[in-house]
Amino acid sequence: MRATFYRFALMETLRPVTRLLLALAALSLVATFFLPLWQIQLWAPQYPEGLTMKIWLHRISGDFDIINGINHYIGMKSIRAEMFPEFKIMRPLVGLVIGLGLLPALTGRRRWLYLFVLLLFVGGALGMLDYCRWGYDYGHDLNPKAAISVPGMSYEPPLIGYKNLLNFVAYSGPDYGGWVFIGVGVVAVVLSGWEWRLARLLRAQK
Amino acid sequence: MNKRNLLLLAGVLVLSGPAFVTGCKPKQLITQVQSGVAEKVYVAPGKHDEFYNVVSGGFSGGVAIYGLPSGRLFRQIPVFSQNAESGYGYSEETKPMLNTSFGYQVWDDQHHVSLSTTKGEHDGRWIFANGNNTPRIARISFETFRTEEIIEIPNSAGNHSSPFITENTEYTVAGTRFAYPLDDEGANPDVPLDDASFKKNFKSVVSMIAVEPKTGRMSIAFQVLLPGIDIDLARAGKLKSHGWIFFSCYNSEQAHTLLEVNASQKDKDFIVAINWKQCEEYVKAGQGRKSHVKYAHNVWDERTHSATSTFENQTIVLDPTQLPGIAYLMPCPKSPHGCDTDPTGSYIVGSGKLAAIIPVFSFDKMLRAIAAKDLEGEFAGLPVLKYASVLHGEVKKPGLGPLHTEFDGKGFAYTSFFVTSELVKWNIATLQVVDRVPTYYSVGHMSIPGGPTTKPHGKYAIAYNKITKDRYLPTGPELTQSAQLFDITGEKMKLLLDFPTVGEPHYAEALPATLVEPKSKKFYKLEENQHPYVTKSEKDARVVRDGKVVHVYMTAIRSHLAPDNIEGVKVGDEVYFHITNLEQDWDVPHGFAVKGSGNSELLIMPGETATLKYVPSRVGIAPFYCTDFCSALHQEMQGYLRVSAAGSDVPLTFGLGDTAKP
Repeated sequence: MRATFYRFALMETLRPVTRLLLALAALSLVATFFLPLWQIQLWAPQYPEGLTMKIWLHRISGDFDIINGINHYIGMKSIRAEMFPEFKIMRPLVGLVIGLGLLPALTGRRRWLYLFVLLLFVGGALGMLDYCRWGYDYGHDLNPKAAISVPGMSYEPPLIGYKNLLNFVAYSGPDYGGWVFIGVGVVAVVLSGWEWRLARLLRAQK
Repeated sequence: MNKRNLLLLAGVLVLSGPAFVTGCKPKQLITQVQSGVAEKVYVAPGKHDEFYNVVSGGFSGGVAIYGLPSGRLFRQIPVFSQNAESGYGYSEETKPMLNTSFGYQVWDDQHHVSLSTTKGEHDGRWIFANGNNTPRIARISFETFRTEEIIEIPNSAGNHSSPFITENTEYTVAGTRFAYPLDDEGANPDVPLDDASFKKNFKSVVSMIAVEPKTGRMSIAFQVLLPGIDIDLARAGKLKSHGWIFFSCYNSEQAHTLLEVNASQKDKDFIVAINWKQCEEYVKAGQGRKSHVKYAHNVWDERTHSATSTFENQTIVLDPTQLPGIAYLMPCPKSPHGCDTDPTGSYIVGSGKLAAIIPVFSFDKMLRAIAAKDLEGEFAGLPVLKYASVLHGEVKKPGLGPLHTEFDGKGFAYTSFFVTSELVKWNIATLQVVDRVPTYYSVGHMSIPGGPTTKPHGKYAIAYNKITKDRYLPTGPELTQSAQLFDITGEKMKLLLDFPTVGEPHYAEALPATLVEPKSKKFYKLEENQHPYVTKSEKDARVVRDGKVVHVYMTAIRSHLAPDNIEGVKVGDEVYFHITNLEQDWDVPHGFAVKGSGNSELLIMPGETATLKYVPSRVGIAPFYCTDFCSALHQEMQGYLRVSAAGSDVPLTFGLGDTAKP
């Protein structure tokens, strides 16, 4: 019964609907060129309105000047764009990812789809790892001459979620661009899972 | 009655006697506060008030900002008086604001405020404020709550009937409270003080000061020459009466001494109606005399964070005895003070300080009387309209000593009574008194949010009282001034709250916070700072000597001043500390003071540059520091200036941290 239902779909290449969705997903990543990927927010009694820093593919925006002004008391480095050499390569890299997403859509080759999924996950993991490494360094590498030094205290921002840091509550999480990435990842996984099933049915029929 | 009972009765009488002797305080003299009022004025911590209340600061020389309904004081804006707290009038940048043709003035008496309107409704652009003593008008920005402009009024003395505005803020007005010999160049102002000299030499002048609609810049458009009568208050017409402005006056007796008695003789003084649109026509046609006078015009520039003072030298004076149709006198009982137009622009309410009625004039009837030449006679060559012909009616037995009337936009007027110490609510159409409440004590002026506009916001009436006495904890002979808030939403006025005020408020306005709050400036952008002595980055901080003048280009950021070690300054040098606050965040001002400077402190807002002049008078170390608790390390925000003897050869050096001497 199932086999009959899927029979029309049993073909060597990716189904047209998969290819279309994949192309749309890959192209939607263009939005991340214009949207912030990640956000860090800080609240304190003196900052009820919150301080926000946004990380984009190629820059940072938001209140990082104010954050720097506060953080120098505890010896944290000044956040500035030069701190992130990643900004120079992130946009070409995402361009490459878009290309690799379009490849299975254009060729219909299943293998390219699996590669794309793998790439998305490895890329995402590497990105998070990089952010984690930066956060650790930012929170631990403190100026020994800082005015305020709390023994045993470090100020690593949370990887994701909330964290108390002295008088501040910090939040870290994806912003619009990040959600686009997550959405594309979900779509790609679902599509490849589906295609994987179809491929198995195809092999079984053969 | 036996002896024993008689004795008992006598005993009771003797013991209870004192109670009868002192009597009981009549009920109406005891403050009546209904239950549940606390909720109506309670603004929870962290919540904002519904209205900004802009209150004249009287002899403080500034304007104070309160919240309503809480009555909380937020800010005192220095306007006509030096303010050592902010450095206003002390810093090099603000000194020009207080310049006049008499030179630098340290103080003035700030009487009334007027909030800008468009189509007769509050628009939240500017506050206008008058200086009574040395006649001036100031304009204050609602974005920065700072004085942006002050213009001096020549040919005037005692600028009391000011700074009332016309419907679209086309003009703000000034008037002469003291009849006064004009300031014309070449005229001899050294005149005797006697009856004949008064009638001949003393004049009153009404000035129309044009307001540029975009920038708010003021300029004296023209002045109207009136006989020597003391002009007291004013209101512009609105809607149908737009184009006219009304001034109350007293002393039509033209007394120059003991005015208390001599200016209170006549049954009626005047309300002067001026047709300013007609005046504009005359000015356009080149009519009017050029009066050569000297007056200061001081303007604050937000880009350079500095004021400039320039002198203007001419006004155009229109003489209504020569130019018909611009000024009419309406008889008004006994030394009128308030002269208020209702929201429809149909009625003008005069408040004779010594009268026992309130006359209400009809604008339509006034126009008809003018057209029909329905005159009672002339006063010093000006037409006097017939009282009965211009009167809408009189409010009978309203109280004693009416001063000023405001409106709720629902057809009711509220008049303050100084002598009987009360607010009286009456119906404009029927002229019937509908309610009265006592005030504590002797209310001068009152205010209803939007009360003078075409669209009153209503809700509250605030009485500004002249006498406080026992209302608060005493503070010696000098007591606080006081305001009282009344709920006017119902038929009866209800007392809600007493709150202390700064100076002696002579008038106030209130407007919804929504018109002002969203555009309130948070800080000045450093990249837009065009101050000639700005230091935009710490690495540019330096000290430069130019002969005996030393310029210190200093920066302030949490928590240090750069440079903080300076040597090579000598006794007799003129040192200018130009301090730029490098912060770019809300509510991070820095302060600055030097020991023994003989000058005020500076308060420098984020992104702003301000300059303190310091002439060291003796050899030694002069410490300087940040005076505004800016941060956890504010106390460390300090430095040293070494002052050497006049002939010393100590070289000029400066530094901070690594760049200071080890």
